[in-house]
This record gives sequence, structure tokens and C-alpha cells, in this order.
Amino acid sequence: MADVKKIATRESYGNALKELGETAKDMVVLDADLAGATKTGVFKKAFPDRHFDCGIAEANMMDVAAGLSTMGLVPFASTFAMFAAGRAYEQVRNTIGYPHLNVKIGATHGGISVGEDGASHQCCEDFALMRTIPGMTVLCPADDVEARQMVKAAYEMKGPVYMRFGRAATPVIHGEDFHFQIGKGEVLAEGGDVAVIATGIMVPEAVEAAKLLAEKGVSAMVINMATIKPLDRDLVVAAAKKCGRVVTVEEHTILGGLGEAVCGVLAEEYPVPVKRIGVNDEFGHSGPAAALLAAMGLDAAGITKTTLAFLGK
Amino acid sequence: MTDKERKELQITATRVREGILTATHGAKSGHPGGSLSAADVFTYLYFKEMRIDPADPKKPDRDRFVLSKGHTAPGLYSTLANRGYFPVEDLPTLRHIDSYLQGHPNMNTVPGVDMSTGSLGQGLSAAAGMAKGAKFLGKDVNVYSVLGDGELAEGQIWEATMFAAHYKLDNLCIIVDLNGLQIDGRTVDVMNTAPVDEKFAAFGCDVVTVDGHDFDALEAAFDRFHKNHGGGMPTAILMKTTKGKGVSYMEDQAGWHGKAPNDEEYAQGMAELAAARAKLEEV
Repeated sequence: MADVKKIATRESYGNALKELGETAKDMVVLDADLAGATKTGVFKKAFPDRHFDCGIAEANMMDVAAGLSTMGLVPFASTFAMFAAGRAYEQVRNTIGYPHLNVKIGATHGGISVGEDGASHQCCEDFALMRTIPGMTVLCPADDVEARQMVKAAYEMKGPVYMRFGRAATPVIHGEDFHFQIGKGEVLAEGGDVAVIATGIMVPEAVEAAKLLAEKGVSAMVINMATIKPLDRDLVVAAAKKCGRVVTVEEHTILGGLGEAVCGVLAEEYPVPVKRIGVNDEFGHSGPAAALLAAMGLDAAGITKTTLAFLGK
Repeated sequence: MTDKERKELQITATRVREGILTATHGAKSGHPGGSLSAADVFTYLYFKEMRIDPADPKKPDRDRFVLSKGHTAPGLYSTLANRGYFPVEDLPTLRHIDSYLQGHPNMNTVPGVDMSTGSLGQGLSAAAGMAKGAKFLGKDVNVYSVLGDGELAEGQIWEATMFAAHYKLDNLCIIVDLNGLQIDGRTVDVMNTAPVDEKFAAFGCDVVTVDGHDFDALEAAFDRFHKNHGGGMPTAILMKTTKGKGVSYMEDQAGWHGKAPNDEEYAQGMAELAAARAKLEEV
């Protein structure tokens, strides 16, 4: 995929904030000394008076965002996923989630693809943590186009939203005519043997895996599930009915994330065998993002291999 | 303040204390000790200091209050009820399964509550966010937050104080209820937070220490807060108080942090408060 345009979704986040800031005058952006990395610095450069650096104090930042929202402002609180969902979990749960405040959390550097920084910064638990908070919307874009639309959609809805963005540059798979809608999955490829439901930067890998599977005579349906919560239950069930086998792919622990959200729906509505592809209940380690993902089976080759084994081929 | 004004505040604070006993007795649980120690400042804030309208609890430009030590909800609820936000008769439904009076403050169910709190250490950050928001929007809104002294062990309190000083939130008034007790005993023994005054000063606040049961002292402290407007410093009012104040058997007893009075204790406490109120009213 060397000829494919690649952009990290954290770049998309920064650019989208700036674009939105032109018209959304009630929007403010918070960061915890990571504006260069989360790319909120792009917004800060354009609107310095609307960017509040909170220093390295993420717990305080989340609750400051809660307070700002009660004054009628729309805060985007930004830091790495590890600190947004991890360190500040209880602040998000009790002071943003419980009162259902209109705070948008922009969490960058999600997943293993953080790379060289290693396990301490590779948050693979954020979907699980965030989706258990009642009323929290949990989003993860597949590419730059979806990420930018997601930021706008998050602003336009009332209530708390958690958005996970990636550090590494990843392929752009959507055209500018794409229309993102919260709560709706997207069928990227039709197929009848297995449904591959992926999220985030695993989506382009799943699309490539479908091509490799086709070479092996397996027809794979590919779904981009950018909304982890509320999950597009209808699409999950329809995919299971059509294919009879489901594979989920996420750059997240297999515990509590997209895979188990899908399993929950199918167990209740249309049980079929499911294979969860993700981080297998282990910590990551340092290394280049692509090599780490490959080592964990989180690339097109790995998804293909696991899917074939799951199908007994 | 005039003698009449002082007397009225004292009578109201006694009614607030009666409401605290009634609420926790009705709930058969809850936190009377720290509610009683802060009853005077709750009364001062809602009956003299804050620019609020009980008929319009969500009025956009009202002053805000955040009860960072959210477990003292009975004190806040009793004050709000006595101020006319909701019926005093509802206080005994505190913590009941069908009541809007949640065990800890809920901004979406209780009229007059500006922020949901309960998990210690978080309220001050939310208050700082409100104060920052008011400044950003150019609104003349003051934000008040009451903290417990045990709560000062939460690191987030200091993150929030640093934030408030950094952003020059002179519209933020931090009020610490120094009753010296927490669940496990004396604060000095559980986790010594002293010297509290030097800590808040070092974190960039203008610090004033007062007797938290003296309305004249509270008035002077809040006057200082007003004088700090434009100066760029948050104000920290450190109130020396007695936990369980006004109910003899609860005073300075850690055991009454989170325990409701039984029928007999309730009757005794209410009799003591009624007698105190009668004495105030007869003069």
C-alpha cells in the first residue's frame, strides 16, 4: 500500500478542531502539556485564547472540562488515551459521565501503534473502560476523513463523547464524499463466508485481509465499526445472519472492547461463532508500530491467517 | 452586619441544622457531622453572599456553588430547602429509593445543585472550570466550593488550586471546613495536612483563617474575597469549625461522620436545636 496516502488520525483531530473552531465560537480545547503530540497545538496556533493548557494534571483537566461545560462552553479535553481513559477514568465516570455533561474527550495515541514508547503508553483498555460508563458515546475513526467528520459530529451532539485517535500515519480509505454518522457501521466490502468487523486503524488492514482471503477462496464481508458505543446492533446481526461467522479486529485488548460488544449482541440476538482478534490479554512493548502490530497478528497477514484458521481452512 | 441580620442568620442556620438531623434520621444513614460543621457557611452563602434566585435555579449568570465534600449533602439540601429551592418536607426522603434527594449531590435531580459531586477531590476542579468559563465569557460570576480537611489529602485538590492560581481565578473562593476529623479519626493522625494555610499560600491563594461559626468573621472573609477581585488571586477561606456543631453528643466526635441518629438521638438533637432557636428568637 506504498502508493496510498497516509495520515495519522491525531493530525486529523488537530486539523478538525481548528476548522470547527472557525464557526464554533463556544468551543474550547484543553490539553495536559501534550499539545504538540495530540495536535491540539494546531488549534492553539489559530485560537490561543481558546486553548487552555492544564499542565501534567489530567484528573484536574477532566473535571475542569466538566465545569466549563456547565457554563455553556463545549470543551474538547485532550491527552493520550492512557491518561484520558486510564488515569482520569474516575473523573470521567463521576464528573462527566454521571451528570451527562457535554464534554468531548479527544484521546490520542491509542493502542499498540504508539510504538517505541512501549507498554506504559500503549493504552489497549480504553474502549472497555469508556463503554461501561452509562451514556458515553465511544468512537474510533478508520482514517483521516472519518476522524475529521467525527470531531464535527461529536460537537454537534449533546452529551459526553470519547474519541480515540492514533499516533501512526495510516492509510486514507475514504473519499471526501463519505458521510460519517454516529451509531452507524459501514459496509466496505460485501461477502458471504465471514464478516470481519473492525475499528480504527485495523479497518484498512481488514480491507487488505479481505483481498488476501479472496485469493484463498474466502468471501469476506468487511465492516468499519467506528462507533463502539452505541453499537450498530442491526448491522452486526445482519452480518451474522448473512455470513454465519464473525471476526472482530481491534487495536485493543480482546477483553471488553469491540469484540466483546459484538459478542454481547450476538449472544442475545443471533448466536454464531465469533473470533476476537486484538491484544491477547498482555502488555505491549517497545518497537516500531508496524512491527509490533505484525508481531501481534494485527495486520492484514495476521488477520488473514487467524481468519482462515477460524474457518478451518 | 446588623444585630438583626446576624440573629436571622443564626436562626436560619439552626433551622438548617434541624433539617440535617431530619434528613439523616429519615434516611437512616448519611453524614451529619460534616454537614453540621459547615451549616453556618452554607447559610451565609445561600442567605447573604451568593447572587442566586431559587425561583430560577438555572439562571445563566447566577453565582455557582460546588460541594466538593459531597457527602455533606444533607447540609446543602437542608440549606437549599430552607432557601426555597424545594420543600423542607421532602428532606426526610433523603436516600430513599423514590426520592430525588440522592445520597450525594446530583445536579440533574436536585434543584439548586450546580455540580454532581461525592467522589472527593473532584469538586474543586469543576469549580475552577466554572470560574475559568466565567472569566472566558466575560461574566461576573463568582464560584464557591466547600472542601473538607480530610479531602485535602487528595492530590487533585492541589492540581486544581495550581490551575486556579495559574489562570488568575480571583472569582473562585475555596472554603475549607477544618473540623479536624475524618472517618478514621483525627485528621492530624490519619494524614496530617497541616500547615493548611501555608500550603494554600504556597499554591498561590490569598489565605484567610476564620472561626467558621462566627457570621461576622465569615462576612469579613467574604469581603476579602470581593476585594481580591481584579487582583488575580483565588481566595482560600480556612474555617476552624467543630464537627457536629450544635448537637451536643455529636460535637467533635469522629463517630458521627457518617452515622444517622436513631429515634431517641433524633428527639434529643431536635430538642437541643429547638431550644437554641427559641432562645435566639425570644431576644
